[in-house]
Amino acid sequence: MAPSTKSNLPEQTPSDAATRTSFDVVIGGGNYVGLATAVAIKQARPSLEVAVVDAAPAGVWKKDSRASAIAAAARRMLDTLGCWDELAEEAQPINEMIITDSRTADPVRPVFLTFDGTVSAGEPFAHMIANVHMNGALRRRVDELGIVLIEGAGVSNFERRSAGVTIDLSDGRTLTSRLLVAADGVRSKLRDLAGIKVNKWDYGQSGIVCTVKHERPHEGRAEEHFLPAGPFATLPLKGNRSSIVWTERTEDANRLVAEDDLIFELELERRFGLKLGEIRVEGPRKAWPLGLTLARDFVGHRFALAGDAAHGIHPISGQGLNLGFKDAAALAQVIVEADRMGRDIGMLDVLETYQRWRRFDTLQMGITTDVLNRLFSNDIAPIRAIRDLGLGLVDRMPRLKDFFINQAAGVSGPSPKLLQGQPI
Amino acid sequence: MADAAQTTIGRTTIDTGEVERFSRLAAEWWNPTGKFKPLHKFNPVRLAYIRDQVATRFGRDPLSARPFDGLRILDIGCGGGLLCEPLARMGATVVGADASETNIEVAKLHAAESNLTIDYRATTAEALADAGEQFDVILNMEVVEHVADVDLFISKTSAMVKPGGIMFVATINRTLKAWGLAIIGAEYVLGWLPRGTHQYEKLVRPEELEKALSAGGLSVIDRTGVTFNPIADRWSQSRDMDVNYMVLAERPGFN
Repeated sequence: MAPSTKSNLPEQTPSDAATRTSFDVVIGGGNYVGLATAVAIKQARPSLEVAVVDAAPAGVWKKDSRASAIAAAARRMLDTLGCWDELAEEAQPINEMIITDSRTADPVRPVFLTFDGTVSAGEPFAHMIANVHMNGALRRRVDELGIVLIEGAGVSNFERRSAGVTIDLSDGRTLTSRLLVAADGVRSKLRDLAGIKVNKWDYGQSGIVCTVKHERPHEGRAEEHFLPAGPFATLPLKGNRSSIVWTERTEDANRLVAEDDLIFELELERRFGLKLGEIRVEGPRKAWPLGLTLARDFVGHRFALAGDAAHGIHPISGQGLNLGFKDAAALAQVIVEADRMGRDIGMLDVLETYQRWRRFDTLQMGITTDVLNRLFSNDIAPIRAIRDLGLGLVDRMPRLKDFFINQAAGVSGPSPKLLQGQPI
Repeated sequence: MADAAQTTIGRTTIDTGEVERFSRLAAEWWNPTGKFKPLHKFNPVRLAYIRDQVATRFGRDPLSARPFDGLRILDIGCGGGLLCEPLARMGATVVGADASETNIEVAKLHAAESNLTIDYRATTAEALADAGEQFDVILNMEVVEHVADVDLFISKTSAMVKPGGIMFVATINRTLKAWGLAIIGAEYVLGWLPRGTHQYEKLVRPEELEKALSAGGLSVIDRTGVTFNPIADRWSQSRDMDVNYMVLAERPGFN
């Protein structure tokens, strides 16, 4: 509860955490956005009581086989939140990024853009990290900081009143809080319960995600090939392994993941090439439908959206996760600064500061990736000519290239403190 | 929370119909997009100044959980409690005074909902001073431009400042610019405040205020202008004291 009520209540000891039902902030969703928001708030403001409610049963998060690209700004944030030291060993730096535009059948792909991959001296512009490691590091901090983590029970309903929000959980428990944060993904149930509408564009495309093992080392090189069906990206993982994000029309993607290994690998090889030797698919492969989903409001009375619940964007520029970390950093900063002035952190005027901060940036990124995707996902000759010219020009203009690489690194625009590597 | 509200209302002598009316009024006072939006917009800049100055003068860490622990603070003209509640959350023992019974009932109701303990009193600053009340910090915000006798009012309120204590006074300057922005702009053009809220001849110049504070035995230790940035839609501190400004005065005491 509010700090000033504590003097009237018996002191809470850590063992009370399990039975506590009243909080300052309850976060719905136990993925990295929800966890990072919780850790960022609690680390800066231990007096705030924070809970994370995750519908997934305990241990399910360990089964996530995906990996994510962490931009330099998000890496700085993980460092400031005390997670990076244990992640550094598991992280594969991306030292170089190559972007090309070509047809699948082209024997040699022209290299149009070669990003050197450094933001400031000695800092790689991104790292690849297995989701399971990142979530593990954040969960360790959740535990250390005394954040209450409720697993295997989702939010079934909530009611907002003037002074607080009452939250019903699917296991029959009821929590109260001053603020409810929805970090429950692109199909956010909490967003629907709050009555916040979304604008949605379906691309008719799906992203096939899988991991491949190859014979020769990738040297920390990421590649993005703009193929007629959509972008095909290879991202370096630890060891001789790469993560693949492969965009196809949804019906083709579904057909491909259902094929037997031999045919899938053959199709993959046509796109991946043989420059790293023989390739073999490791673990599961899955197709994720792609679209652009933007919530019309990011906040309401005692309610805020963060991460994909606020904006699901096309993974073309690898910005989904980094936008999510930006949300977490901005929301935590707004909450902490308001609480330090004794303001009620669930009030709309406090939360609107977060909305103003994040909405423009998100919209801009959403539109940019949408335009990029529409421009690149086709095989019409004149458009190919124009974009080939465009990419060539970008490569020759250092300032424009800096802009692109800084966008990719998530360091442009007014940045929350955590993304600059500063504590809140 | 609901139980606490019942108890607090139980202590007053107001009937249920009145409680509903107060409850509606409380919702209005505390709606950041409603009738009191200008006050909500103004609050962060005032709170930041108060927190940082109090922390400096009393040697507190402004970023700690309860920087105002142990300090007795009076808010004169507290209205629905928009300043009192943040002060209480920062750890202060707060007395909120307002001449309007209705405002006090509204403030009590909302404090109970927010689970905060605040001593709200339907009384005047003069009556508190006559009763010999003493405070570490007094907030005299946007009041002096409404009183009949500024010198008398400042002398009465200054008397309640403990030795080593401080008083914040926020008001509007009597300049042509203030007439244009705070009266014509805010009341007639933007409609932020009801027409007639401020009368030009009752506005107070900093030198007049500072003279009255000196006469009350206080010395001015800080002053700042407060200006509105329409693009950022935000108030912030400024060197420009031509319209809104705040003055901080101290009663010399210990050391």
